Amino acid sequence: MFDDFFKVVKYRFNGGEEEESAPSIKCPRCQSNIPVERYEELHRVCPNCNYHGRLSARERIAITFDKGSFEEFDKDMISCDPINFPDYTEKQAELRETTGLNDAIVTGTALIKGRRAVVGIMDSRYMMASMGSVVGEKIARAFEYATENNLPVVMFTASGGARMQEGIVSLMQMAKTSGAVKLHSDSGGLYITVLTDPTTGGVTASFASLGDIIIAEPKILIGFAGRRVIESTMKQRLPEDFQLAEFMQQKGFVDMIVDRKKMRSTLSKLIAMHTNDRKEV
Amino acid sequence: MENTKTAWERLALVHTKGRPTIRDYIPLIFTDFYEMHGDRLYGDDHAVIGGIARLEGKPVTIIAQVKGRDLNENKDCNFAMPLPEGYRKALRLAKQAEKFHRPVICFIDTPGAYAGMAAEERGQGEAIAKNIAEFMTLRTPIISIVLGEGGSGGALALGVCDELAMLENAQYSVVSPRGFASILWKDASREEEACNIMQVTADDMVRLGVAETIIEEPLGGAHNDLDKISENIKEYLSLKIEEKCQKDIDELLKARYTKFRKIGEFTE
Repeated sequence: MFDDFFKVVKYRFNGGEEEESAPSIKCPRCQSNIPVERYEELHRVCPNCNYHGRLSARERIAITFDKGSFEEFDKDMISCDPINFPDYTEKQAELRETTGLNDAIVTGTALIKGRRAVVGIMDSRYMMASMGSVVGEKIARAFEYATENNLPVVMFTASGGARMQEGIVSLMQMAKTSGAVKLHSDSGGLYITVLTDPTTGGVTASFASLGDIIIAEPKILIGFAGRRVIESTMKQRLPEDFQLAEFMQQKGFVDMIVDRKKMRSTLSKLIAMHTNDRKEV
Repeated sequence: MENTKTAWERLALVHTKGRPTIRDYIPLIFTDFYEMHGDRLYGDDHAVIGGIARLEGKPVTIIAQVKGRDLNENKDCNFAMPLPEGYRKALRLAKQAEKFHRPVICFIDTPGAYAGMAAEERGQGEAIAKNIAEFMTLRTPIISIVLGEGGSGGALALGVCDELAMLENAQYSVVSPRGFASILWKDASREEEACNIMQVTADDMVRLGVAETIIEEPLGGAHNDLDKISENIKEYLSLKIEEKCQKDIDELLKARYTKFRKIGEFTE
């Protein structure tokens, strides 16, 4: 449903006679056209309104963790088809091919400016990063590993919600992940969530909302129900900023909004403040 | 039990006017019910009721989603679609039960959590997430029963338990069949087809490891014999509460986590 979220448009210079054009992208928040090259240079941040666009898990790993420090967990885990949903198996095979991912989340351990953490990064290119058996299992295992090894957890969330194609089994992943978070929390572990665009549905209603510290990237969407669903229930237009990170912070559900370029240092300092040694980062 | 009905036919039964609601069941299953109001934070949501009562003489905490029996009642309880304060009231009462070592009985009957501006502004996602996490480690037995519809995270917020029972015609699903058809096929009118392939019946829940028990309904559905269905529910609860209360609480919590931990199908 979000596949055409970023529409690549042709950017015309002054509409001049020569009609030179370079590929550009329309910011989904402020609608301004951004040359693709510039947008990539800025790690997909809109230079006009500071909307933080979607990154793949690999891109996120590259800009957040110490070079070469990421060690992946459960790399080969793939989902079955618990309710025999038509075409689900085929669709997944196709997505594995096109995205190079085995499902919508990558988990593992990494160093953030020398601080070790268990990490998870969701990737919206894979079925809108919906949560099914694999996402649930990988997150539960990541938290259990962190609990056993006394490590903090950092989760970069993005999701359309529960994975419909797995029926009730996907709903139960909310319980599985939240349970694992709770046990990690009860053992004294630090959990930081970084909400990225978009974090919605069953992921908002489970592990994404359970961080000790909840960070959001600027202008990203955070919500439980979708905007269109709410508009059709209420039969009225919602304000422009509804469910954006800044709105959700105003309502009390986000601790801090952090720019992508400061994410690495922010995470490293926050983790440092929750460990006993005094090494300054 | 009747085994020939399709999921869609069962859903029609659940939507039959006259299908008993929690208000009908309480006086027939419990005694000394004292309702408690409010989440102590914002307000009192009428889609969730809760309080304390006796089951066979033993004090228990009841938390339930409320469907209306007519339009006026439905307006009052928002068609059983809770707001965040409904879930926060549930959590407050669950914590109260934990403090006084009372078992908790949750009755699930909702098409889903309310989708609206007020719900979003007050943190519907956070409220549901918190219930799920807190119920997982609540140090007292929890039994949940799906009476009619168990829709999405709005149902799961009362569904983290030691054992889940389904009334024979009840359904539990990731989203309503209508929502499912609308999201996956962009066509809400295909809800019957959705309902029949989603695997939402009591049998499906037992097979998928989500529910442990099916409570038999009278022939034709619960509305045909309120006394009989109430008796069946009471018999089940009395047995289970007794059984769970005898268990060591740490063992119980371990089993509760494991119940959810093992649901999921994947290969490596």
